Amino acid sequence: MIPKAPIADQTMIEFRDVQKWYGDYHALRGISAKIRAGEFFSLLGPSGCGKTTLLRTIAGFEGISDGVVLVDGKDMADVPANKRPTNMMFQSYAIFPHLTVAQNVGFGLRKQRLSKDEMARRVGEALEMVGLEGYGARAAHALSGGQRQRVALARALILKPKVLLLDEPLSALDKKMREQMQVELIKLQRQVGITFILVTHDQEEALVMSDRIAVMFDGEIAQLSDAETLYRRPKSRRVAEFIGTMNFLPATVIAESDDVVEVDAQGFGRMTLAADQVGADAGHGTSVGFRPETLTIIQDAPIAGGREVPAIIEEVVYYGDMTYYDVRIEGTERAARLSMRNTFNRAVLDRGAAVRIAWSPAALILFR
Amino acid sequence: MARRVRGANPEALGGLLMIAPPAVYALLLLAAPLLLLLVYSFWTDGYLEIIRDFTFANYHETWTNPLYRGVMMRSLMVSLLVTVSTVLLAFPVAYFVSFHVAPNRKSTWLFLITIPFWTSYLIRVFLWKVILGYNGVLNAGLLKTGIISEPLTFLLYNTNSVVITLAHAYAPFAILPIFVALERIDRSLLEAGQDLGESKLMTFFRVTLPLAMPGLVGAVLIVFIPTIGDYVTPQLVGGPEGRMVANLIQLQYLRLDNYPLGSAIAISAMGIVALLSAVFLFMTRKYLRGPK
Repeated sequence: MIPKAPIADQTMIEFRDVQKWYGDYHALRGISAKIRAGEFFSLLGPSGCGKTTLLRTIAGFEGISDGVVLVDGKDMADVPANKRPTNMMFQSYAIFPHLTVAQNVGFGLRKQRLSKDEMARRVGEALEMVGLEGYGARAAHALSGGQRQRVALARALILKPKVLLLDEPLSALDKKMREQMQVELIKLQRQVGITFILVTHDQEEALVMSDRIAVMFDGEIAQLSDAETLYRRPKSRRVAEFIGTMNFLPATVIAESDDVVEVDAQGFGRMTLAADQVGADAGHGTSVGFRPETLTIIQDAPIAGGREVPAIIEEVVYYGDMTYYDVRIEGTERAARLSMRNTFNRAVLDRGAAVRIAWSPAALILFR
Repeated sequence: MARRVRGANPEALGGLLMIAPPAVYALLLLAAPLLLLLVYSFWTDGYLEIIRDFTFANYHETWTNPLYRGVMMRSLMVSLLVTVSTVLLAFPVAYFVSFHVAPNRKSTWLFLITIPFWTSYLIRVFLWKVILGYNGVLNAGLLKTGIISEPLTFLLYNTNSVVITLAHAYAPFAILPIFVALERIDRSLLEAGQDLGESKLMTFFRVTLPLAMPGLVGAVLIVFIPTIGDYVTPQLVGGPEGRMVANLIQLQYLRLDNYPLGSAIAISAMGIVALLSAVFLFMTRKYLRGPK
């Protein structure tokens, strides 16, 4: 994550119990959330979870069945899309094919009745901002995917909206281009200071770009937090499984107080977990979960502060920079996946090797 | 598509073989008669035979005789009127089907639009006679409801009836290309128009209409070119003032047996249509470029 200036504690968007029905289908089920001014906010979830619908209620393309959507403190109920202080970057980019790049970028300026020179200056500035200076006279349909995306960005930002809505803006680009654009978008967002709301199904993209992320399932927000909390302290097994990889081992709760939970987990034995290490099991039964990279296979010296359990390596998957090991911890029924970085002092282990694994309760989450 | 190397390419040869029959057909039945027409137009009609001396006399007659000029001008006016009214009426229909009919119903709507083609053109023209006539359906209905006290006489056997009949006959030809052009418009472009501050109406004028232009241009040409040569409709419902250039050509050929003058009129009409179409295409060229 690229560090950035702290965000003013002022609410830009507020959802109050937003409901959306399509006939019998309940698309948004009581969304309540606040998005701060100047924030890079992501709506993350699988397709059909309602994230795009929610974004479109801000833009005004989608009416809501119940509840309130506020933008900058103003109820948007009776404000049509063309009067809202928001602009959108469409998934398809929606570049007007019959216009040039400059005409596309200047499309929204018509109402400001600028002089020809002023118009050209503004368009030039916007193109420069997205790294497309000199492209103004080009026909829009002659652009590459990345260029179209930049035009769409310039066209939206030239109107200086309070909120920029981005609907899966990077999904059509190849991996390299996508990673480059992620960084550019973050920099641009810091430069203009506008609230960005990104819709994505790509958890990595959300983690990389956002100040805060709302994970949505089935028309509801499952968790709203910053990227690190979301990854390290998922509030439910469903969120944990959606973001990254997590291993689960059966566990039983022995005792609990307000602050701590006493747990007996298969393979690891007894341990004490803090209250913020507890999430919902979503019908899978009580278990403890851990991320592949949080545990370590001990090769030489024991790890300071770690507890140790014996394990057998069942599968080795070599990725170049990383090696994935499927290890079965003694006393468990299913293998767990661990990832190890291939540093100079660490040899790739063989299948069937008996190893010791260093772990810590701090790496575990209890789902119950 | 990849450019093929010319010469002994078996695939290219196969392609040529496949287009050969229609090409020969077109040559024999289209190019050859046209050429014959062109040749005739420079000859002279004698008493019993054609005098095969090269002359511009027929063209001179065509372009200077007020009778022929008048019919030609009227034909152009009628075609323009038909074209404008057909396309203006077709656009809302195409727009409705494209934008307001559920996707799974669109083919049904298109099917319904083509229903008039199920009956012969001639029968449809006669039906308009039944509808528009002195004792026709329209007059009878209006008389019955007391809206008029005497049958309307301006409905049939004049330019109005020609325009009405032709506009109806060519409506599907205009609706379909406009529909196709509208279908090709990415709907997110319309949302983008509104997102960038334009009302629905302004978005229509700044986005929808320019993007529908290829379909509109196609519709105009598809209606304009054949209507100027239409022969049946003016003959049956046009009356004396509704006569068009095709009727004049028919008169020269079949009644007066003057092939050369008939040919000259035909070639002149064709030239005017070609010229007007070319000018129209030139004027609208900026809308016709675009992504392949």
